[in-house]
Amino acid sequence: MSLRQREEIAAYLLVAPWILGLLLFTAFPMAASLALSFSEWNFLGDIKFVGLDNYRAMFSRDRDFVVSLGNTAYYTFIGVPLHTAFALLLALPLSSKLKGIRYFRTAWYVPSVTPAVASAILWILIYHPDFGLANTLLGIVKIPPQGWIFDSTMAKPAFIIMSMWSVGGQMIIFLAGLQGVPQELYDAASIDGAGRLRQFRHVTLPLISPITFFNLVIGLIGSFQIFTAAYIMTNGGPANQTLFYVLHLYRNAFEYLKFGYASTLAWGLFVIILFFTGIQFLGAKRWVYYEVKVD
Amino acid sequence: MMPGRAAPATRTDAGTRDATRIYSSLTRMRSISSRVLAYAAMIAVSLVLILPLLWLFAASLKTPQLVGATPRGIDEFFAALVPTDPHFENYVEALTKRPFGLWARNTSIVVAAATVGTLLTGSMAAYAFARLRFRGKRILFTTTLSTLMLPFIVTMVPQFLMFSKVPGPSSAGNWTDTLWPLILPHWFGGGAFFIFLMRQFFMTIPVELDEAARMDGAGFFRCYWQITLPLSGPVLATVTIFSFISNWNEFLAPLIYLASRQNQTLALGLQSFRGEFSTDYHLLMAASATMTVPVLLVFFFMQRYFLKGFVMSGIAGR
Repeated sequence: MSLRQREEIAAYLLVAPWILGLLLFTAFPMAASLALSFSEWNFLGDIKFVGLDNYRAMFSRDRDFVVSLGNTAYYTFIGVPLHTAFALLLALPLSSKLKGIRYFRTAWYVPSVTPAVASAILWILIYHPDFGLANTLLGIVKIPPQGWIFDSTMAKPAFIIMSMWSVGGQMIIFLAGLQGVPQELYDAASIDGAGRLRQFRHVTLPLISPITFFNLVIGLIGSFQIFTAAYIMTNGGPANQTLFYVLHLYRNAFEYLKFGYASTLAWGLFVIILFFTGIQFLGAKRWVYYEVKVD
Repeated sequence: MMPGRAAPATRTDAGTRDATRIYSSLTRMRSISSRVLAYAAMIAVSLVLILPLLWLFAASLKTPQLVGATPRGIDEFFAALVPTDPHFENYVEALTKRPFGLWARNTSIVVAAATVGTLLTGSMAAYAFARLRFRGKRILFTTTLSTLMLPFIVTMVPQFLMFSKVPGPSSAGNWTDTLWPLILPHWFGGGAFFIFLMRQFFMTIPVELDEAARMDGAGFFRCYWQITLPLSGPVLATVTIFSFISNWNEFLAPLIYLASRQNQTLALGLQSFRGEFSTDYHLLMAASATMTVPVLLVFFFMQRYFLKGFVMSGIAGR
């Protein structure tokens, strides 16, 4: 047996678990889900093929589908740009070489490791209309108390504010990117008389644009799937204002036992995410800057 | 910003020296004051970001009456953050009301088993992608990366059906209401993100080390196990932290699979606790704090490897 063949066999053995996993936990479920999306099934009885009925229902009969899609779009398209900007803003000072900087890195990252359930419960208390932290802070600056997640106009903004608290993951990715920007470029820019702001605009931003792009893409995909906080804190309320897409899907599958229709919703979400990710990739050509790779 | 530039060449030597001295002490003062300002701003940001957690721990140590008290004005606000008379018995009460010990045990089993599975099978795949040549590698790697975009929710329903229809070890004769559905998927590569992270890191290890070992007669598996893995501490630590945190915090999968109370994980148990004690904020906060502390500890003790593994992997795509 040649060395080349031995290498290939070793490689296949090493990736075998992953290939199996792809087939078993991704490919097969996706195919099954696609098939189910054209059927009606309550888990116990027979699977009934219904053609495009589920897809038609999604757009015509299911009012909650439209509501949940609207809520999720609001949360995503307002929240994700804010997250990304905030994460970058936090990462900038963290990339400095100040003494003790690593304590700040830790402190600013910590909120994002807080378990989602614990943080949801904590934020119920923070948003408590009578004695919550949010209204306490407003009281100090003499702003009248708000209803936050219990108020139908404030609920979604309150969810966005809450999610701003845990942008640590994006922040760390920005930080890694910022540390990859060569110091010589800043030195050169500063010799040419560029101040801090212009250096940021013309050196930092273009050079980290692939990372900004990565964060926006991953942020959008994650944001479309918001579930835990809404399930625990508001269960979709008040007045369906926080009925997000995955919560609606979860109810159809595991509360109404409509596994066919739930699969249709799942594929709907997949297509929506693919669509917006595709748009981002198309738009990326205009603003994402890649260095020419010299290998 | 070089001090020498401040002095025009026509001045006398003494004048130049004076000007230089004054200029450099001015710059030093400016840099000290700007540093103080930077620290002050960063401490302020830290306080804002940590405030919710402080609120959590403060509330967990208060009496119900105090949790429900509304602080007015800034002094009462700070007083509310530091409980003068901490009630540690809140923790005892919260933790004994429900089988928290059992939930912690279940969660630990899931976290440990899933993390080991990810480290092992994920690094195997990552090594093949980083080092070995094989047919179909390109397309397999592209497929791997594209699954990053796949929402968990798309595969969730059929995975649930799979685990409930395939005969298995649970009392109902399938796999639901056991910890297996939370562990097994992690033993099949551990997911695209971890594979990618480890592959990026492996590629920074000089390939000459592998070549030298092979010259000495080591096979591909020895190179993976005895050369690459021992040199990959930072990235393995990063994967461990991420895997620990995400499995410890996971909510949706346990919610779907685990029905009976004694089989639940902490995240799920905490949610049911919230359902029953919805107005006992002091107990809810004590329970939430208990679930949060282990994650914080793991992060604190491993965080110095964490950033290193991240930056060195070049995950940021540069």
